[in-house]
Formats: sequence, structure tokens, C-alpha cells
Amino acid sequence: MDMALSVQPGEIVAVVGPNGAGKTTLLRLLAGLERLDHGLLQLDGLTVDDATDPGHVASHDRSVGWVPQDRLLFPHLSVAANVGFSPGATPNRVDHLLATLDLRSIADRRPSECSGGQAQRVAVARALAGSPSLLLLDEPSTALDAASRRRIHGLLGADDRPATLLVTHDPVEAAGIADRVIQLDAGRIVAASAL
Amino acid sequence: MSRTPTQAPRSVLVVAVLGIAFLALPVVGLLQRAPWSSLDDLLGRRTVLDALRVSFTVSAMAAAIVVVLGTPLAWMLVRVDIPMRRLVRALVVLPMVLPPVVGGTALLFALGRRGLVGQLLDRWFDITLPFTMAGAVVAATFVALPFYVMTVEGALRTMGDDLEQMAGTLGAPPLTVLRRITLPRLLPAMGAGLALAWARALGEFGATITFAGNLPGRTRTLPLATFQALESDPEAALALSLVLLAVSLVVLLPTRDRWLPTR
Repeated sequence: MDMALSVQPGEIVAVVGPNGAGKTTLLRLLAGLERLDHGLLQLDGLTVDDATDPGHVASHDRSVGWVPQDRLLFPHLSVAANVGFSPGATPNRVDHLLATLDLRSIADRRPSECSGGQAQRVAVARALAGSPSLLLLDEPSTALDAASRRRIHGLLGADDRPATLLVTHDPVEAAGIADRVIQLDAGRIVAASAL
Repeated sequence: MSRTPTQAPRSVLVVAVLGIAFLALPVVGLLQRAPWSSLDDLLGRRTVLDALRVSFTVSAMAAAIVVVLGTPLAWMLVRVDIPMRRLVRALVVLPMVLPPVVGGTALLFALGRRGLVGQLLDRWFDITLPFTMAGAVVAATFVALPFYVMTVEGALRTMGDDLEQMAGTLGAPPLTVLRRITLPRLLPAMGAGLALAWARALGEFGATITFAGNLPGRTRTLPLATFQALESDPEAALALSLVLLAVSLVVLLPTRDRWLPTR
């Protein structure tokens, strides 16, 4: 991975590229699930990973919301408990997200009882509940119905949105909600364009 | 629609049935000779009741210690990159393959009054473990711990750490992740491991008699009482064996998914 990338608060940057380009690795690096081989990573102006320093800021101390491709909802917790899991999630914020993403009626259900679209909305709500500075979305609209897609995109368009990195295979999605698109290949940015 | 069953060679089936017979025969022998009519009287005897009390006290305390020590140990073996992991793991499994008498002898030399740590316990805290009920608990814990650790360790490996990582990215510190994600998902395996460890502690003989002796009412557990009764009172030995057999079957129930699959 070799790139210089900066994302501003409120900005949505779409990350596109072929399989194996390093899109998911980029998100995992930012979430603190992988360490850098070289270089420097800063969030909110704070260095969270420096390849020359054995220490790094652990993922729970970074203000990041992560929505992985396979969602990783907590199967033993209800939808409401999943959304409210982050220590930074306030009851008002959780309630607002459940309402905005049409999850109130299934708040007591377990993830195994949710449809694919509902589960994806739960994953997005959970990532946003702690009001992170950086939102990482890995293919958030894959296999979603149009209504679920609209609700998620509507939320990402809200005024209080965090800086967002959106990994997608869908050029329509990238063009529809992103401010910028970067194209990755073999761990490098090979093209960048403003929308 | 259903799958065509595997065609089994008849010779293999014959040997398999022989294996079943070999395992079932001792149980059938025990049930056939059991003194059913005088069972109430035999199980009401003082020596039997004492053995029951000692056994359940010792095995329950050992099971509690096993959970307290074994859960963090299993977690560390799977989730933490510790140096010499293979050696540590071999050490954890060792009591499973070590002859229990050797385990008891080792405990005697480590925790006996002149043992490596035992002399310090005796000198500093006035604690003596050999030939006490506490010693029987130590012996039972020593042999039972690997059963629990291996069960929980296997479950942790199967679970993977994806959900724990997810919880970390949401801002949950490691102890919260352990409490809210890992442990709730691990409970069934902990229950199965606990049942196995408790059954092993209840059946413990060699390490107990070597380290804690065979003192009635203090360290004489059900297996020791059974062995003792076999020489003088075979009917009492049969009654005690039935109790141990019944307990073993009860223990199999919570672990049935692991050991007794429906297909």
C-alpha cells in the first residue's frame, strides 16, 4: 500500500478498483485492524499509526465507524443493542438512527431474523451511532433493494455526516453520492477525480 | 429426496459392533449385578454418604477453580501471540496424558510440606495441602483443567475474532469486548467444558490417593470409597459405581451436541 490520501470532514470519497487493488485493506488499516509496513496514518490530525514506531493507537481509541462487507452484526444481541453497542452511542442518537433507517419495528429482533437489507441498515446505523469522525463503508449497497439503498444514501447525505470512505464496485453509486472518486490498483492511487 | 446411504462393507460393520459390545459390556455387567432391592439401604450408609459429600464438595470446588483459571488460559492460547505457545499448550494438555499417580506424585513434590512451593505455603501461611480436602481439590483441578481448556479453546478458534475486532472498531475497550461479545458467545462451550471437567474431577482416583490420601470424611471420594468397598463390601461398591455411572450419564446431557450428534 503506497498512497497519499486526505479526506475532509463531511466529504465522501468513493474508492473503486479491481479485486485485489487494496480497497478493503485500506479500510482495515484505517480501522486499526492492520498495521502499516511503512508511512504514516493520521486521523483528526493525530498520528494513529507510524511504521517507525512499534506502538499504535488501538482501534477502540480511533473515532472510526466501520461497515464491513459481511456486516458482522452481533448475533446474540437485538437490533437495538447492536445499534447502541458503541460506548459513544447516546439513546437519542440510537433512536434517531433506528427511525431514519426504518428499523424501529424490528428493534427487538435478532440479526438472524432480519432480511439482507435490514441487516445492512443495522450495520450502517451501528457504525454511525458513536458519531465517528471517519466512516468506512465496504460495498454497503451490494444486494440491497432500492428502498434500503435510498435510505442509506439519504443518511450519508445528511448535514452531520462524517468524513466517509466508500468502497464500491458500482459507478452509479459512486457518482450518485460521492464528492470525489479515487481508483486503486495494486495498493496505489492510479486515478482521482472530483464529481 | 434424501441422500443414498453409504454402502458399508459387512466386515467393517461386524468389527464396529464388536467395539460397541466391548464398551457396553462393563455397563451391562454392572447393571446386571446391581443390588437393586437393597440400593436404598446401601446408599444411606454413613460411609457412602460421607463419600458422596466429599466427592461433590471436592468436584464442585475444582470445577469452580477450573472455570476461573481455564477461561483466561484458553483465551490467551487462542487470541494472544505468546512466546513458546506450543510448549505452553503441551503443558496444559499434559495432565490428560500423564498417569494420574504421576500427577499426584508431582503435586506432592511441588506442594507437599517439603515441596518446592509447599514449604513456602507451610512456612509463610501455615497452609498444608497434602492429605487434606484442599489437597483433594488441587488434585482434581490438576486433572480436570485440560478438559475445560481444550473445549473452550476449540470453541474460540471456531468462533474466530471477526466480531471481537468489529466491537473494537466501535470503541469498545478489550474488557468490554470480552464481557459483551466473547463470553456470551462462549457460554455453551463453557458449559460443555465445565461438565466434562466436573465429571473428570468426580472420577479422579490416582492423583487424589497419592496427594490427598484416603481419609474417610475428608479425602475419601466416591472412586476411593468404591475401591475400598470392593474388598470388604462388594454390594456397596456396586451401589457407589451406579451413582458414578448415573452422574456420568447426566453429564453427557449438556454435552450431547458435542459428543452425541443426532446423525
